[in-house]
Amino acid sequence: MKKDILICGVGGQGTVLASKIIAAAAMEAGNNVHSAETIGMAQRGGSVTSHVRIGEASSPLIPKGKCDLLLAFEPSEAVRNLPYLKENGLVIVNSVPVKPTTESLQETGYDGTEMIAYLKKQCKTIAVNADELCERFGSSKYFNVILLGVATGSGELGLSKELVLAEIEKRVPAKFVETNKEAFQVGLQAACL
Amino acid sequence: MKNEYVMGNGAIALGALKAGVNLVAGYPGTPSSEIIETISKYPHEGLHLEWSVNEKAAMEVAASAAYAGARTMVTMKQVGLNVASDPLMSLAYVGVKGGMVIVSADDPGPISSQTEQDTRRFAEFARIPVFDPTSPEEAYEMIQEAFAYSEKYHTPVLFRPTTRICHAYANIPMQEAYQPHAYEGFVKDSKKWVIFPRLAFANHAMMEKRNPEIGADFSASGLNTVWNKDSSVSVEKAVFAGGVSYAYAKEFLQEYPQVKLVKIATPYPFPEQFAEKELEGVKEVLVLEELSPYIEENLLKLAGRKHLPVEVYGKLTGHVAAAGENSYETVSAVLADFLQLTIPAPRGLSDAPNLPVRPPVLCAGCPHRASFYAVKQAMKGKKSYFCGDIGCYTLGNAMPLDMCDTCLCMGAGVTMAQGFHWVDEEMEGAAFAFIGDSTFFASGMTGVVNAVYNEANVVICILDNSTTAMTGHQPHPGTGRNMMGDIVEKVSIENVLRGIGVKYVKTVNPLDLEEAVAVVKEATGEKGVKAIIFKSPCIAIVKSDKKAVISEKCIQCGKCIREIGCPAIVKTDGKVTIDQNLCTGCNLCAQVCPVSAIQV
Repeated sequence: MKKDILICGVGGQGTVLASKIIAAAAMEAGNNVHSAETIGMAQRGGSVTSHVRIGEASSPLIPKGKCDLLLAFEPSEAVRNLPYLKENGLVIVNSVPVKPTTESLQETGYDGTEMIAYLKKQCKTIAVNADELCERFGSSKYFNVILLGVATGSGELGLSKELVLAEIEKRVPAKFVETNKEAFQVGLQAACL
Repeated sequence: MKNEYVMGNGAIALGALKAGVNLVAGYPGTPSSEIIETISKYPHEGLHLEWSVNEKAAMEVAASAAYAGARTMVTMKQVGLNVASDPLMSLAYVGVKGGMVIVSADDPGPISSQTEQDTRRFAEFARIPVFDPTSPEEAYEMIQEAFAYSEKYHTPVLFRPTTRICHAYANIPMQEAYQPHAYEGFVKDSKKWVIFPRLAFANHAMMEKRNPEIGADFSASGLNTVWNKDSSVSVEKAVFAGGVSYAYAKEFLQEYPQVKLVKIATPYPFPEQFAEKELEGVKEVLVLEELSPYIEENLLKLAGRKHLPVEVYGKLTGHVAAAGENSYETVSAVLADFLQLTIPAPRGLSDAPNLPVRPPVLCAGCPHRASFYAVKQAMKGKKSYFCGDIGCYTLGNAMPLDMCDTCLCMGAGVTMAQGFHWVDEEMEGAAFAFIGDSTFFASGMTGVVNAVYNEANVVICILDNSTTAMTGHQPHPGTGRNMMGDIVEKVSIENVLRGIGVKYVKTVNPLDLEEAVAVVKEATGEKGVKAIIFKSPCIAIVKSDKKAVISEKCIQCGKCIREIGCPAIVKTDGKVTIDQNLCTGCNLCAQVCPVSAIQV
């Protein structure tokens, strides 16, 4: 299998865990995997990306125009990373914006809707609303697992739901396993809508 | 043997463990910090691991252990090498018995550093070998070679990965158990281990004679390689590359295999014989590397000495950018131009909506925000100097806090505040230094001695969040924990300050705004050196369940947003709201609200 997946968002949203789970599941399926993360100062509320390269690859970062799947935790971050997406690639995006502090000071009215509209014009896009999907769990902490469910359900991840779920289970504390399974299921269903 | 999916820093750690490393010391710094953190997961008999107080201390601890024949590794980021350069320069002359590898991680971009300095230059400056891996897998193998070369030539060696190697993940072999290197112990010999001018002269001559031999050894070593040599490629053109630029070039040339790609993995002493052979018949060579034109200059030197009819393109000719990091995109553009290829352009964003900018900010609930705000309130309207330092709190420079007038290097805030005092003794406000707890121990203490001794009038604010937050929460002398897993005596910042002779030392909770402002006002009324310890733990260490909520009483004045710039406070549909996922209930906004509309 050869697949390039870019995961993007804002520091603190759980992108790193999502990339680790995808990488582990892909390895479990017998692939060679490389990935690269944003670490350090930029983590503090800045834009973050994880590049996951499944199959043989030389560059640690995905070349622009070669990404198969863009998994975006935030609408403007999806647009920022759109140059990485290949011609007929898929974008899975959370439509709920994270407003930067600078935005509140300047009040430019950024609310994410213009980003989703732009994405839909440019490429295949699955937009999901994190707030709505997380509501029943009472916490946005489950959103990364939900988004993994959407990615798996879309078929573009190229990994079976059993493989991905097994890696999720390995990484969450025992008492949260059931809720995470449920969250993953919510994602799988959202992909079909 | 099984594999572990680890980042390049983990690969370096596992390679060093395989080499039987006996002692590892370092100071945290992005992108190097995870090397020591990985090693700490494999504790075993015969291995000492420590976060040293700073890079100079780490270098010296490792040096004497290497004199005794132990295999030692020191880790730091590139600017840390500046701190450790005093022992390093002399150590290069003295040499070692056990293998000693100094890992200095470079940060092209820079992504989280003050400089774009090139450790390869430092190696040449210090006259010691340097290894430059192009991937995590190679870093794992190469660090083992580095120990062997260090022992073979009795010299410390440098090992310099860059951010994209340090933070790239790959599958690396991991052993069930690690066998420490057996060593003889220190054999006293003052003619060998005590550096005097006579010894320095003799060893300088020895190093200059030895280094070309190491270069020849590197040429024959197999560490420097050629890819795509035998396909139907242009024999008149060649590409030379080092570090991650090699990986980018290879990715491109796999798609357009038109030219051979030569890897320089041991930049100093330059593998001349190897390079000369690969330049045979080549009329044009493109050099791809980051930071400085190091390989390029060496090829020019070689071409000049051997009268080779070759054009060398790179940073010096403007083909490759002089500053910043390379990327697949920049490398492929230069390669396409060199090979006269037309490549498709990636999707543009010219018609996209304006993207919000996301400069890094202090986390919601960060106690540093409260400390800065207290000083700002206390000094309102009085001309003051705010000297920042290296750590999360450098982010105090961002609007709306705007509380960082200077930032230079580790520990500089304490001493720079003194300089401002001496050129503006009649200032209405005060000269402040802001320094974190880890930075205070690393290089702030001597600056305080300087202030006391020279009778400077300064306020030193120690932002004590009980961790080294920016680099990933490493312990330090004030935390009471070390990397051997021991609970140790905490070094008290307050006692250190009093011991130095600072008369005014007060500890205050920055999240109690009124009290904090009062202490700052009181301190600035005193003469001499004053120290205020703003003590409150990092929000990533002590998790809080508390949340602030806005009541009906809110008059939408927006003062909370304008004054403190907390990322949890945003305007939604024109109304001020608090993001409950980010809020830690620190209570600062509630103390700022003019109508008491915020409750925790």
